[in-house]
Amino acid sequence: MNLQNILTELESVDGELVDRMAHVSRRGLFSSLTRKTIAAAAPMVMASALTNAYGQGSGLSSVVVDVLNFALLLEYAESEFYNMGATSGLMVPSENREMFAQIRKHENAHVRLLQSVLGSQAIAKPRFDFTAGGAFPDVFSNFQTYAAVSQAFEDTGVRAYKGQAGRLRMAPAILEVALNIHSVEARHAARIRQLRGNKGWITDNMATGLPQAIYDGENITHQLGIEVIGLTGKSRAEVTEAFDEVLSKDQVLAIAGAFLAKN
Amino acid sequence: MEKLNLVSESSTRTDGLGRRSFLRYAGGAAVIGGVLASCSSPDEVVSKSPTNDLSKYAGGRMGNGITVNLGSGELGILNYAYALEQLEAAYYEMVMKNPYEGMNAMERQIFTDLRAHEQIHRDFFKAALGSAAIQGLTPDFSGINFKQRSVVIDVARQFEDTGVSAYNGAGKFLQTEAYLITAGKIVSVEARHASILSELQFPNGNAFAGDTPIDGNGLERSRNPGAVLAIVAPFIQETLTSGLMA
Repeated sequence: MNLQNILTELESVDGELVDRMAHVSRRGLFSSLTRKTIAAAAPMVMASALTNAYGQGSGLSSVVVDVLNFALLLEYAESEFYNMGATSGLMVPSENREMFAQIRKHENAHVRLLQSVLGSQAIAKPRFDFTAGGAFPDVFSNFQTYAAVSQAFEDTGVRAYKGQAGRLRMAPAILEVALNIHSVEARHAARIRQLRGNKGWITDNMATGLPQAIYDGENITHQLGIEVIGLTGKSRAEVTEAFDEVLSKDQVLAIAGAFLAKN
Repeated sequence: MEKLNLVSESSTRTDGLGRRSFLRYAGGAAVIGGVLASCSSPDEVVSKSPTNDLSKYAGGRMGNGITVNLGSGELGILNYAYALEQLEAAYYEMVMKNPYEGMNAMERQIFTDLRAHEQIHRDFFKAALGSAAIQGLTPDFSGINFKQRSVVIDVARQFEDTGVSAYNGAGKFLQTEAYLITAGKIVSVEARHASILSELQFPNGNAFAGDTPIDGNGLERSRNPGAVLAIVAPFIQETLTSGLMA
C-alpha cells in the first residue's frame, strides 16, 4: 500500500477540495452544491480515506478503536459544552464571540470526524453535567466560570491526545489525524488561557484556579532522560513551559468523569 | 509495518531526487495557491488569518557554500527538528536584540518567553542527538525588517505555524515511542505560540486557530519534511539535504 497516496488524499480532503469544488459549483456545473454541503461531506471523505487505509470498519485494531472512542468522549464533552454555551443565553463579551464560535466549530467537526471513522463502533454520547456536580453552578450564566471550565477542557484535551499518541504508532494515518487535532486543542487552550489572564503556556504545574489534577506533572524538567535545566541557562519555570506533559487515560477519565451526569 | 516501508522507501532516495521532489511540491503548492487566490466564494467566512507566505521575507540568499545532511530515519527527523528549532531560536534572539519600535511590556514578555522556549528546544535536541547532531546553522534574516512590528509578528507567526505543521507531519516517522511523545510535548507548545502570535496579529477574531492552518475537519494541516525544508530554505545559509520524505 502506498501510504503517501493516502496521506495526499487526506490532505486533499480539506478546504482545498472544498474550495475547488465550490469553484466548480459556481461555474454552474453543480449549482446545487454549496460550500456548506461540501464541507458537510468532508468528514465522510476523510473517513473513507482512513477506512481504505485500514480496511472496512472492523479493520481498525481494538487499540485504535479504544483510543478513538476515548478521544470521541472528550470531543463529545467539548462540543456539547460549547454548543450549550452558544445557546444557553450565556453573555459572552462581543469581542470573544468569534473566538468561541471558532472553537465550537472545531469541536463539532472533531466529533463528526471521529464518528465517521469509527462508524458503528463509535460510542454514544453520554449525558453531561457541566456544573460537575455543583462545583461550577453558574457555568452557563457566569462568563468567568465558563471560561475557566473551557480552559480545563482544552488543557486536559491537549494532554489526553498526547498521552495516546504512542498507542497509534502502528496506525500512521490515524496518528497524523490525532496529532492534527492535538495542536488545534493547544491553540484553543493558549487563547482561552490568555483570555483568563494567564500565559498561553503552562508554567510549572500552576493550576490557575482549576483542579490541580489537570496540571499534575506539568513541572517535569527532564526529557528523554536528560535534565533540561542547565542546558541553556534558562530558569526552571521556562523549562517547564517549553514542554507540555502527558496525562494517562485514567488521569483524564478521573478529570472528565466529574462532568458526566451521575444518574 | 506500513510505516516501516514508508521510512525505508524515503530513506533510499538520493538527495538529488529529494531536491527535485521539493521543487515539485513547492511548485504544486504555488499553483494551488494561485487558483485559490483567484476565486473568492461569496458564502465563505472570510478568515482574518492570511495565506502563509514566508517567501516575501526572503533576503537575497547567497548561502555559505556548506551543505548539511540531516540524515534519514528517526535521527534524520530529530535533526530536522533541531534545524527548525535553531532557526526559531535565532529568530527570537534577533527580535530581542533589536526590539521593534513600540514593543510594549506584554509583547516583550511574550517574545522573551518564546526565545527561551525555542532556545531550550534547540539545546535539548542538541543534547539528545549527541554526536549525531548536525552543526550549528547560520540564519539569513537579511530580508526581514526587525524594526517593524507587523513584520516581526508576521514572520514569527509563520515560523510557528510552519513548525506545528512540521512536527505534525513528522510524527508518523517516529517509531520510538519516547521520541514521538517528546515531539508531542514540543509541538503543542509551538501551537500555543502560534495561537498567541496570531491573536497578537489579528486580535479578537478566529485567527488563533484560523482557517488557514486548520481545515474544514478541524484538523491542522500538516506538512512533510520536504515541503517544510523548502519553506525555510531562504532563511538558512547552509543548504540542507536529507533522506526524509519530500
